[in-house]
Amino acid sequence: MNAPDKLKPRTRFDTVGKPRRRVDGRAKVTGLTRFADDIVLPRMVHCKLLRSPHPHAVIESIDCSKAKTFPGVHLVLTGKDFPVSFGILPVTQDEYALANERVRYVGDPVAAVIAKDEQSADAALGLIEVKYRLLNTVASAEEALANPEPRIHDYGEQGNIHRLQAFEFGDVEEALKGSDHVFEDLFFFEGNTHLPLEQHASVAAPDGEGKLTLWSSTQVPHYIHRALSRALRIPAAHIRVIACPNGGGFGGKCDLHNHEIVVSRASMILGRPVKVCLTREEVFYMHRGRHPVLMKMRTGVTRDGKLTGMHLQTLLDGGGYGSYGVASTFYTGALQTVTYELPRYKFDACRTFTNKPPCGPKRGHGTPQPRFGQEVQLDKIAEKLGFDPAEMRLNMAAKPDSLTANWLKIGSIGLEECIRQVVDHSDWKKKRAQLPPGRGLGIACGSYLCGAGLPIYWNKMPQSGVQILADRSGQVTVFCGATEIGQGSDDMLAAFVAEVLGIDAFDVRLVTGDTGLTPVDLGSYSSRVTVMMGHAAIQAAERLREMIADAAAMELEVSPERLVMAQGRVFLAEDPSKGMTFAEAVVFAETKYGTLGTVGSYSPPRGPGRFKGAGVGPSPAYSYTAVVVEAEVDQNTGWIHVPRIWVAHDIGRAVNPVLARGQVEGSIYMGLGEALMEEQIFRRLPPKMSHALVHKFPSMLEYKSLTSLDMPEVFTYLVEDPDPNCPFGAKEVGQGPLLPVMPAVANAVYDAVGVRIDEVPITPDKVLRALERKAKGETPRVGPDHFPSVPYPTPIYVKTPWEGGDGNETKSVDRKHGVAA
Amino acid sequence: MMRLPWFGFHAPRTVAEAAKILADEGPQAMLIAGGTDLVPNMKRRHQSPQTLVSLRRVEELKTITNGSGLKLGAGLSLTEVIQSDKVRAAYTGLYQAAAQVATVHLRNMGTLGGNLCLDTRCTYLNQNYEWRKAIDFCMKKDGDICWVATASKRCLAVSSTDTAPALISLGAKVKLVSTQGEREVLLADLYNNDGIDYIVRRPDEVLTEISLPDPAGWKSAYWKLRRRGAFDFPVLGVAAAIKFAPDGTVEAARIALGAVSSRPLATKAGESLIGKKLTDETIAAAGAKAQNVAKPMDNTDLDIYWRKDVVSSFVGYALRELRGDDMRDTRMRIARVAL
Amino acid sequence: MQAMQQVHLKLKVNGEEAEVSFAPYKTLLEVLREDMFLTGTKHGCELGECGACAVLVDGQPLLACLELAVECEGRAIETVEGLATGSELHPLQAAFADLGGAQCGYCTPGILMTAKALLEKEPDPSRERIREAVSGNLCRCTGYQQIYESIEEGARRMREEA
Repeated sequence: MNAPDKLKPRTRFDTVGKPRRRVDGRAKVTGLTRFADDIVLPRMVHCKLLRSPHPHAVIESIDCSKAKTFPGVHLVLTGKDFPVSFGILPVTQDEYALANERVRYVGDPVAAVIAKDEQSADAALGLIEVKYRLLNTVASAEEALANPEPRIHDYGEQGNIHRLQAFEFGDVEEALKGSDHVFEDLFFFEGNTHLPLEQHASVAAPDGEGKLTLWSSTQVPHYIHRALSRALRIPAAHIRVIACPNGGGFGGKCDLHNHEIVVSRASMILGRPVKVCLTREEVFYMHRGRHPVLMKMRTGVTRDGKLTGMHLQTLLDGGGYGSYGVASTFYTGALQTVTYELPRYKFDACRTFTNKPPCGPKRGHGTPQPRFGQEVQLDKIAEKLGFDPAEMRLNMAAKPDSLTANWLKIGSIGLEECIRQVVDHSDWKKKRAQLPPGRGLGIACGSYLCGAGLPIYWNKMPQSGVQILADRSGQVTVFCGATEIGQGSDDMLAAFVAEVLGIDAFDVRLVTGDTGLTPVDLGSYSSRVTVMMGHAAIQAAERLREMIADAAAMELEVSPERLVMAQGRVFLAEDPSKGMTFAEAVVFAETKYGTLGTVGSYSPPRGPGRFKGAGVGPSPAYSYTAVVVEAEVDQNTGWIHVPRIWVAHDIGRAVNPVLARGQVEGSIYMGLGEALMEEQIFRRLPPKMSHALVHKFPSMLEYKSLTSLDMPEVFTYLVEDPDPNCPFGAKEVGQGPLLPVMPAVANAVYDAVGVRIDEVPITPDKVLRALERKAKGETPRVGPDHFPSVPYPTPIYVKTPWEGGDGNETKSVDRKHGVAA
Repeated sequence: MMRLPWFGFHAPRTVAEAAKILADEGPQAMLIAGGTDLVPNMKRRHQSPQTLVSLRRVEELKTITNGSGLKLGAGLSLTEVIQSDKVRAAYTGLYQAAAQVATVHLRNMGTLGGNLCLDTRCTYLNQNYEWRKAIDFCMKKDGDICWVATASKRCLAVSSTDTAPALISLGAKVKLVSTQGEREVLLADLYNNDGIDYIVRRPDEVLTEISLPDPAGWKSAYWKLRRRGAFDFPVLGVAAAIKFAPDGTVEAARIALGAVSSRPLATKAGESLIGKKLTDETIAAAGAKAQNVAKPMDNTDLDIYWRKDVVSSFVGYALRELRGDDMRDTRMRIARVAL
Repeated sequence: MQAMQQVHLKLKVNGEEAEVSFAPYKTLLEVLREDMFLTGTKHGCELGECGACAVLVDGQPLLACLELAVECEGRAIETVEGLATGSELHPLQAAFADLGGAQCGYCTPGILMTAKALLEKEPDPSRERIREAVSGNLCRCTGYQQIYESIEEGARRMREEA
């Protein structure tokens, strides 16, 4: 159910839209925020995991006898103790808490020791003897295609192909044939990881009734609750998952992790609290980060710069397990239609298994890779057609209240305003292509979901629930399963409730992210919290407001419609002196209605697509972003310096502008890191001498995250055009602004020195190589040079909305005419 | 949490006392000053000394003595070195090198002596024990092969100190003290081109003092290549010191390179400048010479071939700065701080 | 493993002296968090590669993960828990809370301590000086700009109070 109909759109706000101290700000600056590793419980023991030193092997035997008798050791667990497989998606239950008989990457957990302290547990790990039989390894997506045997998993499409998907919306070949120009480009986006500053930690403990409580660094306590119940074969009613505030998530704490299952089981066996905290190296092994993706993009355009059709093919390197990979695979194509008008669209995707830590969702989930490709390709198109790249984008921006070729319903679009803002502020028209050699500007745009339309397991229940309790003390307590990961989830919740009830956000007490106490919210992922939790919170607060207003109105002998609730008071609109405090009004309400509690919930509208696969991509709204990057490139060394970035983000409405700006600038930060230096890469040793396939540098030092000195000046502009499908008009801001950064850097480098780096990261050695090619008269480009043969299936064919489609698949297609036979 | 192994701990007050403990305990004892190199290495089990001998309380190692040159105690923190006006003015290359080591916090902890004794580094080595086990270790620790070049008889770990190339270009000497007595060696002679046996300091010796010669007529500079403006070790360090005649003619020149060998590389590239003025041509020629002798290995950050390709440019930056060119913009783009 | 004897000494943390006994291999970070339950100081790598564990020792910011606790006797240690005066936030803390200087809050204690040391030496630092001063503290959330603004605002409030 959505917000009550009688709710008139608000025109004035007391809390929303005002820059405020976040409600959890004080805890964060005093060291009182209790992250999972800060939890200390009586009788707590400590867990360490033994991880595979081999990238691919069969476990022949494990001897734990010496470890079990090591002083201080309480328990040793192996794969035998975890017979049930798990996985975050119902379709990929392919992981084991501890490997059952096979290890699939260096770092795959094999055994666990629980001991009186970490030191003893560590020492005992060294006494566990594991015999492995080594298997051949697969190090890349291309190798996975070329080597179907040995299979890393015995499920999937074939060989080491995990997943194949193909969709066609209108006849794309026909569209390309009819285009004035067809551009074909290959792009590669290297994998990278979240690198939250907080290393994952969990504490599991039995409560007084012997039921399990798990405190964990997780973004998705509800999903963990479900998956844990299945993996441990314990009824969900006997498990309580508490999401601690996360010290950064970025998508890396969205899976059920091996260690969470291990400490849960261990605490149930030992009857005492068990803690685990991963080392930084182990965090790199948990990964679930950005998939490396090879892309082939064929795009047709008219001579006046309109897109006619696009055929996108992607090849993903998924790592050793499924994780969210099926969803990631869909997302490498699903949102490609949302930014610009695209009449026809075809999309083939393939995810492979490799012997590396599993990839999954990272900020932008699957969409930054094709966004990079499209935005760089548009730059090439603009140059060829002789257009200003910003003007060309303005000319093709998607239109509000429209449907896309792949049946996504778009509401408000602030893209054009975003482009104008960054163009104006960066002095684009005077600077682009006119700066001295070695300096340049690049532009790119993007769009992103405000919450995934469907949950990860099939159900029609609400995706966010909020419960509010108010009592005669005037206290308001709000319960919601949403999870604070730094983005301001708690602050949004307090702000929405405070706004509706007319009280101060600091006067709202919050209970969040606790499956034992709070209504289900699906968690902090897919930029869903502001929109989905916001709707639920407003609904619950409106219902409470109605009861309070009713009771107060009766007392004041006026009709409730004439009352205003603001600034901690309930009063007559035309005579503010006539009224009472909020707390007094609650007393009347509790007197009239009995104990006061209301609930609110939200389920997003179903997308109009009806074909199989239409569930990925729909969202209540889409945010838009435009970015201009300035780059200085040294012609002798290829060294890249980015002094300034301008970003405009269509946020609908900024609930707390301080936090909104922080999300934009944080996205620019992470995007620039991905553009220039962050990469999760691996290393083989000479195959004749070694079987090794290791993460090249699982450390904070060598995984390059920008320092303050590397961060350019960022100019942020929030474009506020309230979206009618969003709470108070507020759209997402946590992920969208990241997407345009990487291609804008690539385009700026081109403007500066005339070389194309068609892959990420864009490093000085690649720039120098491209400059050398340019000097020799060769194509001044560095990037992938071939796309392997992938057995993509016949696509699911869906007619576009403007070609007579109804959102269903059209079987048996007459290609010549693009219509069903 | 990564834990240190057990060790015995001594905190002597004097160099003599420290030397005595080292002599008594034998090679299983190690010195610790700032700990910024040793502590991570111990957490990763590169070293597991039975005994740690802390130099923190040895006040005599923290002095700065003026004379015709300058004597710097090895126990001075890098921050203290940077804050010395004399270092900044007369030994600019050392200042620029010290100011670019790691981070503010690590410079507050790490010492000049420690940076000179910095263990050699390698991406096959500077990893946790578990990672090293996954490659079956390497010859520097627990294994018997060098994965950088499997045919290599010696370890190819890289000298990653910033201050050593700078001090070598400045003609510094260091004093080594043991119960056997003391000796002074030219800093350039302190190092071997061997990733394991990289330093000639004996385990029973304390490096106590760095002596810098009279700076009259000399100018110096240090340029560091690394990915980020903080934290990162050099993947190339260029230290240049030149003695100019009043008319700008080069009377003496020393160019040393860091991070392109298992030791700081004292090159002969400066010799080509002697008797000439710093022109674009003489600078380019010196850069080309230095680039020729640089032998980056594939065991640091950034592309190995590119790291060699840019040596000449970086030598050029240093020499142009010494010539008096305004290099502030370039410096800001490379170092990301004004130096 | 030889004589596994605990060390027993007095540490002065946030102006309070406490007797602690711990294994000699423990770093200041481990002793603060595990033996003194001062969990406000965070850890992100334990190898000196992120700055999350920065504390002040004798007024200087350094990394608790690399500092041996046995070396800290007689030195004044300051952690985030000691920043506020009673229930009144230090101006830096208030500014960080107000201006978005803390997002997830995990790097925040280390940055607050680093900023405090800077402002004690330089009450009115330039943006460039602030950038340099916090360059050893990685933040994955903010992109640093709101951190600079928080430090500038904290400095302004401190100058006003002084």
